[in-house]
Amino acid sequence: MPTIPGVANTPPSSVKLASQEAINAEIALIAGGYERGSQPESHPRLDYLPYRSSAKRCPTNDLYRTDPELIERTAPVFGQQDVGPFDSDLTVQHLGAPIGERIVVTGRVLDTDGRPIAGQLVEVWQANAAGRYIHVRDQHQAPLDPNFTGFGRCLTGADGSYSFTTVKPGPYPWRNHHNAWRPAHIHFSIFGRAFSQRLITQMYFPGDPLFDYDPIFQSVLDRRSRERIVATYDHEVSSHEEHTGYRWDIVVGETPMVNR
Amino acid sequence: MIETPGQTIGPFFGFALPYAGDSQLVPPGHPDAVQFSGLVLDGDGVAVPDALIEIWQPDAEGSVAARAGSLRRDGFTFTGWGRAATDNSGRYSFSTLRPGGEAPFIAVTVFARGLLHRLFTRAYLPGYPPDGLLSSLPENRRRTLVALEEGASLTFDIKLQGADETVFLRFDNSSD
Repeated sequence: MPTIPGVANTPPSSVKLASQEAINAEIALIAGGYERGSQPESHPRLDYLPYRSSAKRCPTNDLYRTDPELIERTAPVFGQQDVGPFDSDLTVQHLGAPIGERIVVTGRVLDTDGRPIAGQLVEVWQANAAGRYIHVRDQHQAPLDPNFTGFGRCLTGADGSYSFTTVKPGPYPWRNHHNAWRPAHIHFSIFGRAFSQRLITQMYFPGDPLFDYDPIFQSVLDRRSRERIVATYDHEVSSHEEHTGYRWDIVVGETPMVNR
Repeated sequence: MIETPGQTIGPFFGFALPYAGDSQLVPPGHPDAVQFSGLVLDGDGVAVPDALIEIWQPDAEGSVAARAGSLRRDGFTFTGWGRAATDNSGRYSFSTLRPGGEAPFIAVTVFARGLLHRLFTRAYLPGYPPDGLLSSLPENRRRTLVALEEGASLTFDIKLQGADETVFLRFDNSSD
């Protein structure tokens, strides 16, 4: 495979990559150590070596606990002027229709108390149905689709709801280890009602056979938290002769109290 | 409810998240504009060319803006929020206003390939009495949170790992 210019830490093709078996053993070792602990970890380990790119990029000091100041208890405001009417339909951004399985992904953005995050920005980006990003650094040999960019935006409704129409992204290879494949996913960028609730994550599809082999998915050690990043198929969201439907609710962190 | 875990931004956000005017909270020609910029560096001191930095800050009077329009800037409304991808040399750069307040700082979020979850930090303006957070840190760590000011430029390098690693923050009471 060609090396990718301009990207630090991408192993050159001469570097021997770890085998899938070696990565699986590392994943199992860390997971085993976690199961014996008691405190649930709701987010991925920052220091998670099976994901090789984290080695030189994760902080080694613990995150430093502090009380949020006023600016951190608030969040940027987005409005109708920020988002176009077709931004949430990724299948109508070009002259023709994109290749692939048409889907709708919908759900609500909530805080940990279950309160809806209303009127807030949600951004999504993804590979096309063949597993190729339009990004210049994606060298995967799958085809680009001239009718698909793979980026969308919307504002949540009063009940925290969002909805995107798109095509199901394909899995794609990456160079973390030998024969590494990412499970199909859609990247989500979420704003809460406080700066401290900012979240970027990935939504996966139910039953993906690649989950067990993927260190990014497995970096979330707690099983119940891991289930949170997998959407469910929802036949009520599917539409006659139009698309299949997936439901995925997003829960951002606790809303900070004003006088804590 | 169980929180949704974060996942890395990955390497392929460049066609999606950056947008025209993303890093210009005020036009660079604004009479009070300052350049807020710096390098993002990994544990070997190597530049990180695929990071995304977001800032959120009060206006020059210390007030939270609460104004829409960050994604389609009109050139007049100060929204207090902006976004900048690092360039090939690992540098990010914003055009903004100095934040007001008693211990003014710019709130910073860091995303990058290799970072499984976003990082929060603060870039304080120099020359103010330290607040609770700064006072609680030893000197060698405190200085990682204070920008260097020179004329109309504020420089704030972000070191993800290593001896002078930036202090990264959490605000909750959980195990995050």
